[in-house]
Amino acid sequence: MLGEVNGVRPTREQDAAIELRSLAKTFRGPAGPVRAVAEIDVSISRGETVALLGPNGAGKSTTIDIVLGLQPPDSGSAAVFGRAPRKAVSDGIVGAMLQSGALIQYLSVRDLLRMMAGLYPEPLPVEEVISSTGLGALADRRTNKLSGGETQRVRLALALVSNPELLVLDEPTVALDVEGRRAFWATMRSVAAGGKTVVFATHYLEEADAYADRVVLMAHGRVVADGPPTEIKARVGGRTIRATLPGVPLSALRELPGVNSADQRGDAVVLSCADSDQAIRALLIRYEHARDIEIAGAALEDAFVELTSDHDDAREAKESVA
Amino acid sequence: MTAAWIYTRYELLRSFRNRRFFFFSLGFPLILYFAIAAPNRNVHSLNNSGISAPLYYMIGLTGFGTMVAMISCGGRIANERQIGWTRQLRITPLSTRAYFRAKVLTSYAMAGLTIVLLYVAGASLGVSLPARYWLEMTGLLLVALIPFAALGIMLGHLINVDSLGPTTGGLVSLLAFLGGTWFPLTHGFLQDLGQILPSYWLVQASHVALGGQVWGTRGWVTVAIWSLLFGALARWAFLRDTKRV
Repeated sequence: MLGEVNGVRPTREQDAAIELRSLAKTFRGPAGPVRAVAEIDVSISRGETVALLGPNGAGKSTTIDIVLGLQPPDSGSAAVFGRAPRKAVSDGIVGAMLQSGALIQYLSVRDLLRMMAGLYPEPLPVEEVISSTGLGALADRRTNKLSGGETQRVRLALALVSNPELLVLDEPTVALDVEGRRAFWATMRSVAAGGKTVVFATHYLEEADAYADRVVLMAHGRVVADGPPTEIKARVGGRTIRATLPGVPLSALRELPGVNSADQRGDAVVLSCADSDQAIRALLIRYEHARDIEIAGAALEDAFVELTSDHDDAREAKESVA
Repeated sequence: MTAAWIYTRYELLRSFRNRRFFFFSLGFPLILYFAIAAPNRNVHSLNNSGISAPLYYMIGLTGFGTMVAMISCGGRIANERQIGWTRQLRITPLSTRAYFRAKVLTSYAMAGLTIVLLYVAGASLGVSLPARYWLEMTGLLLVALIPFAALGIMLGHLINVDSLGPTTGGLVSLLAFLGGTWFPLTHGFLQDLGQILPSYWLVQASHVALGGQVWGTRGWVTVAIWSLLFGALARWAFLRDTKRV
């Protein structure tokens, strides 16, 4: 038995943590078939922290279900550390926090974690997980006496106690307040720092931006962009300058160095810039009466809207990257 | 300890902490037993069945309590499906087989408790049998519960939590009634109907007191057919359910 346990966990260096090839899945919906995932190719190396970003219905959860072996793909293949998803799950190398789910009753938080730890070949010590997830004060409480945020922390602890090589989180911070979110990501950072592969689905753009090494942007079942968060932001053109500047023609503003385009918003103008440093210097030198100046970084939000707002645009965007 | 045993241990712990469940599979049959059997403790042949009232109702109500214990497994499964726990377990190394084994063992543990408790209650009302009859009776009860274990799993995968309570409640009441929990079915249509049901043979375990073959071929075949039928249906319901998740 022990030999078997030791035999299944080690993973080979050459295998990617997740390898999806031409993965596709279609559901029967009330209004005909719905293409949840349409031929995606994604490879995630071990040790990466990757955000699967996209609006509802983008195909994130379906992709995650397939990676976890909860659903088979219609076509294409999914491999986790070089093995079939179900095999990776039964070998105990995958831990996951699903999008929704309550906890079973009549157990304390500690008992529940002990039970879960008992199902895995190489779990972390339960007490260690209790302290790293800040559950010390709740450990002896029954699971039905927890708030939504507390339940979410226990669910993270359940995923962590399995000591997985790959940790998959589907919309993990939905039920958390700002403080809870910060604590959650602090825990996740230490997990990722331990060399684990972390994949999380989110539609909180700032989370993908702040915590992922890499963002896989999905829309309509396709991958529309894939790269570091900074690269995705750069794709929609740096920063914007907004200023109150009456009586200056837009055509003159478009001529300024570093400016891509200019728009009128009442008395204000909005300049989209490739190089905002250069543009602001030129603007202040030429138009001394410019006031109420704001410079904003293009949040991932903008990239998100631009890349996912229209299916065809999104496909073009993908092709232009490739 | 292996994963399967650890899981079973916590399943037992959870079941024993569920007070409502305890009441229906233990307290309720016990109270009814004393209410029905105590006034009739001197009836030595209930409805000319040759079985004393305390013995007959002891097994009748054991049958009721153990049926509840087995079928309530379905309630636990339906609840775990609804709250998403089944999905959570499917991404652990715990095998489906180990999951069901834990559920069935837990049901049997609860049923075993019901049996012991009702035996003690029966003895207190004067039920006295040779040791081998107690053993034979217990063996028959445990075998007759197999179809109910499968029925519980089947219902757990077919019916949602909200309608499960009324469904199992109604089903157990009907099966208990037609199986002869409340009075012996000694002749006529009700007996003919009862003999094709698994609950009838559960309750018939009390016939060990008469000596000889308790079930006969008919009883064994009936229990086997229901076991296979519910077993196949439980398997079908489970597979259908996992496809949909």
